Amino acid sequence: MTAAAVSTLISRAEELVRDDKLASVQAWKDRTGGLAMGFMPVYAPRELLAAQGVLPVGIVGNGDLEIIRGDAFFQSYICHIPRSTIEMGLNGSLDCLDGMIFPATCDVIRNLSGMWKMRFPDKLSRYLDVPQDFNHEIGGSFYRMELESLSDELTSRGARPYDKDALREAIAEYNVQRGLIRELYALRRDQPWKIPTAELYWILRACLLLPVDEQIQWLTEFRDTALADDERKPMDQARVLLTGSFCEQPPIGLIKTLERSGCYIVDDDLCQVHRWIPQDISTEGDPLDALVTAFLDDGVASPIRYIDKEPKGEALVRRVAESKAEGVLFCAPSFCDPALLDQPMAVAAIEKANIPWTGFKYSENNGQFQVIREQAGTFADSIKLWSEA
Amino acid sequence: MSTTDTDNAVHKDSSQIRQKEMLADHYGKLANSPETGAKCVYTFVPGNLTELVRSFDLLPVLPEINALQSAMRGKTGAYINHAEKLGHSEDVCTYVKADVGMLKNGNIGPTGEHLPDPDLLLLSYTGCFTFMKWFEILKQEYDCPVVMLHTPYQGDGEITDSMRDYVVKQLKEKVIPALEKVSGKSYDEDRLKEMLGHSAVAEDDLVAVLQSAKHKPSPIDAYFGGVYYIGPMFTAFRGTEEAVGYYKALRAEVEERMALGLGPVTPDGKTTAEKYRIVVEGPPNWTDFRTFWRMFSDEGAVSVASTYTKVGGTYDFGFRHDPARPLESLAEYCMGCYTNLNLPSRVDMLCNYIEEYQADGLLINSVKSCNSFSAGQLMILREVENRTGVPGGFIESDLVDPRYFSAANIKNRLESYFQMIEQKRSSPALGAMG
Repeated sequence: MTAAAVSTLISRAEELVRDDKLASVQAWKDRTGGLAMGFMPVYAPRELLAAQGVLPVGIVGNGDLEIIRGDAFFQSYICHIPRSTIEMGLNGSLDCLDGMIFPATCDVIRNLSGMWKMRFPDKLSRYLDVPQDFNHEIGGSFYRMELESLSDELTSRGARPYDKDALREAIAEYNVQRGLIRELYALRRDQPWKIPTAELYWILRACLLLPVDEQIQWLTEFRDTALADDERKPMDQARVLLTGSFCEQPPIGLIKTLERSGCYIVDDDLCQVHRWIPQDISTEGDPLDALVTAFLDDGVASPIRYIDKEPKGEALVRRVAESKAEGVLFCAPSFCDPALLDQPMAVAAIEKANIPWTGFKYSENNGQFQVIREQAGTFADSIKLWSEA
Repeated sequence: MSTTDTDNAVHKDSSQIRQKEMLADHYGKLANSPETGAKCVYTFVPGNLTELVRSFDLLPVLPEINALQSAMRGKTGAYINHAEKLGHSEDVCTYVKADVGMLKNGNIGPTGEHLPDPDLLLLSYTGCFTFMKWFEILKQEYDCPVVMLHTPYQGDGEITDSMRDYVVKQLKEKVIPALEKVSGKSYDEDRLKEMLGHSAVAEDDLVAVLQSAKHKPSPIDAYFGGVYYIGPMFTAFRGTEEAVGYYKALRAEVEERMALGLGPVTPDGKTTAEKYRIVVEGPPNWTDFRTFWRMFSDEGAVSVASTYTKVGGTYDFGFRHDPARPLESLAEYCMGCYTNLNLPSRVDMLCNYIEEYQADGLLINSVKSCNSFSAGQLMILREVENRTGVPGGFIESDLVDPRYFSAANIKNRLESYFQMIEQKRSSPALGAMG
């Protein structure tokens, strides 16, 4: 294997992600006759959709898109992802989707679900409420009913009816995908020069658009080709954890900028649906209960999730230790309520643990990164030059 | 019928004076709680469980109300600055930052007295994502328990059995035990039922007051007056005999105004001839509340219906607290608050108001701080215009951040908007084209 093999794969991923019209999704539909359902960040029960023969398609806005009509739907003080998403809806990019799922993330995504209902009445527009009560009898019962209701809606739109065995198989397949992502994150943690985040990011973005079996192929190929590339050598970079980018995704230029400024990103919350439930989901017993249990017990400590079992920020401090990060980059989209309201609490926890940090904001359509480069570069230098380690 | 508060030259009706006394009494009880041993529960306006809280003899404290009161007293600019210096982003809700700033500056309430620390944070998570973060932030500051009540959103415009069951289970297994623990008292369902009965009586009177605006001229301003003295009492006092008395008196006062053909009373004490009947969507600006109100009253613009007064409940569409189904009724109340409705339901409500109240237009005050309201308002505006044919207007400000209230710009826009309504009246063809 050579650097060219990785480069070819990344180019394929980039091409897939940059295809505004989602041709790969349409090709999948033509091939299988199945439905395709878009879902917004941060979480969707992809296993359930896959079990019913539906392709889950992660929609994370589009920072490259020229916004013509989307700005007429949102005031200047609202984040960018809803305006590029509605732009895609209006310009026909999402025509191949049979509907959209809007998970409970924030008020903007929530209200976008209603806008979708009004603007695209023929499509399924589903607000997916997820419990903030994590008791199995209370929040669990509610979430199971939500999933059953979603399943019924999919069936009424032409998807295969719910089948336990099919769901079990889908969970097993997604467990393989989750395992590969865990492996890639562990590889990047241990050898960040082998798995640059700019490359991993393209692969994760591409996987949002692919059926799970193809995701497994892509992730495997990326792992194998990246590891086999002997030209990748370690550099004297600062190890940082990137947090706050779980919904609106940063432009690739920003990730490259951070890496070029002297940072190895050794943990992040990019494309978080892939790691919302980091561990395998049980394939024993009732599979719908297994999905519910995984959501309640194993979901990540995200700013969109009510944290009552441990002090706020403790999970972040733990991740810093686990990833052996030397500092934290708070990297949130402008006007992102969950990330920005959470940040002071996370910063307090990080400071209490004596972990260096810096913070900046972005928008998915940012094109200039000089200021961030200088900030991140200074931060990396300060870690390398003056940290106790 | 009315009098003038000579201290600050604000004209008040007798109901407003009564309100002031009730609020002073409430805040006095809070201030004296260290001596009396009274305990308090911090909670939010949407989805508030006032009857349940009060059935345990606990006193509710509403941080949004504290924030807006601070804004009206000119305090929030400094409070917000303080919170931003502590690391709170300039992009997020200013209610939260005003509250954090108030806390860091001694937690002085609207009457100038110290507010007690919470004995319980009751996180009624209804219709606003920020609430969750807000109480997570307060949890860092206070050594007290938090109980979460997650209210499902009406994404499909309906309340399902599953949603109701979820809320009721939380009430039974989480909220009530937490209230029992902090109060040291057992849950008394008979007392709750009695209080819900009081609520239903007051709700009838509240709706009568709100719907008096269908009369021409409207005897109330359903936006400024609505948030100033008609609606707020409901949140803190619902379920009490005082609330029943207050709304009975208010209704009589409003019916008298209606019989006399009077318009709404304003802080300036004048009743301008009604020229424009407006439905208003979105929260008001509180830092310049009186200036903002005057921009309407000077032009003869009266708000005949508003949505912000429905964040505490949508009683005018038939909901009543039901003593026969106490917890189920509270669950339905929480889920029915305006900000818990999806956008199609909000549009339906606004169109209904335009028609039922024979309004001349829809005005949206879009506030930077509140995505629960603001996200989607531009689409709401176009949708309501298309469906009703009345012109829409759009202004921008903020809840409690004085930096975002540009009086000249807003006044200019409002004057243009009222001129547009005038022009439409004089040129019916324009209306047809609209």
